[in-house]
Amino acid sequence: MKEHGRHFLFVLLTGMGLLIFIYAPASQAAFGLSDVFKNNIYNPGLLKPTDSVSKLKAGDRAPNFTLKAVSGETISLRQYRGKKNVVISFVPAAWTPVCSDQWPGYNIVKDIFDKHDAILLGISVDNIPTLFSWTKQMGNLWFPVLSDFWPHGKVASMYGVLRADGVAERALIIIDKKGIIRYMDVHDINKRPPLEDLVKELEKLK
Amino acid sequence: MKKIIVCWLAVVLTILGVAGSARTANSPPAVGGTLPDIKLPIPNDSAEKNYLDLGFFGFGTFKIPEIKAKLVIIEIFSMYCPYCQGEAPNVNQLYAKIDDNPSLKGKIKIIGIGAGNTSYEVGTFKKKYNVPFPLFADGDYVIHKIVGEVRTPYFIGVKINTDGTNRVIYSKVGTLGGVDDFLSTLIKLSELQ
Repeated sequence: MKEHGRHFLFVLLTGMGLLIFIYAPASQAAFGLSDVFKNNIYNPGLLKPTDSVSKLKAGDRAPNFTLKAVSGETISLRQYRGKKNVVISFVPAAWTPVCSDQWPGYNIVKDIFDKHDAILLGISVDNIPTLFSWTKQMGNLWFPVLSDFWPHGKVASMYGVLRADGVAERALIIIDKKGIIRYMDVHDINKRPPLEDLVKELEKLK
Repeated sequence: MKKIIVCWLAVVLTILGVAGSARTANSPPAVGGTLPDIKLPIPNDSAEKNYLDLGFFGFGTFKIPEIKAKLVIIEIFSMYCPYCQGEAPNVNQLYAKIDDNPSLKGKIKIIGIGAGNTSYEVGTFKKKYNVPFPLFADGDYVIHKIVGEVRTPYFIGVKINTDGTNRVIYSKVGTLGGVDDFLSTLIKLSELQ
């Protein structure tokens, strides 16, 4: 009887193993990923849509921050006060599927940002060398890419978009020229926010 | 004991069978095979409707082999893909070379399918690069899954036979690799000339 039980368990485990093999999200290209990244993208699989505690909302004053950009510049939020609307795009991590195909899209719509007198700041918790290698694959980005690596995720935490595992949420935040948050979309980490949603919110700034 | 081995083999073979069919369904269209069923919305734009020359009017959907052509080139692209952005002028040039050649015009047609792109995003790409051929949105990756979740850009050449059947003659990831070479390769493979 005991032997029967062992055999049943073996059959069950073999079956489960094979099923996992079939349905595991193994494909790197499941997100229509660009061939530019070849096989260099790590796929973490399906993640919990959001995993942070919100601290800010539309109408709140945006906390100032100062971060280093991949270009070598140091950028502070307050330098845009009274001059430009600011769109912050937090992405979770370099070399992952959805993130790798988000900023390259923003790279071809500078005219939309210009039309709304807005600057885009891309932020991730990766360090500068990683961000340098990664964004180099995207072509020449017209907007600054900032590293929130150390103290790790300090800005992401300040904005309530630092996930429990230390990466940022996929979040879009619009801050007007007065420094007030006008839009905050902490998006499902597994999905890219549709461009039209951002454009619609930028149009409200007028 | 014998019963257990038979049972175990049955479970493994069944699961491998399911796995096999699942993997096949997720493969990119194979050269020599037929194009999987892909339904696209009939465009609203009259110029795009005329270009596709579907032989019927109105709204609803159509299947790619219903396009009046001897060869249809499908580009799976994304507005968010740097290679697709870089390749856009070359694909436009490919369209122009076909359009300028009376022996090819009307026989070879190009369409693009934006993997994971909404209609707005596809429209943004079309406007940015002045794409002259129809582009279709695949916001929920439905078509992208049918064509094997390929990386972008991905080009598929489909020969449309007079009896309505079709055969995939080209299926490859990456850039065109030279507009003239790409065009002559596809003409040769489709036996158009």
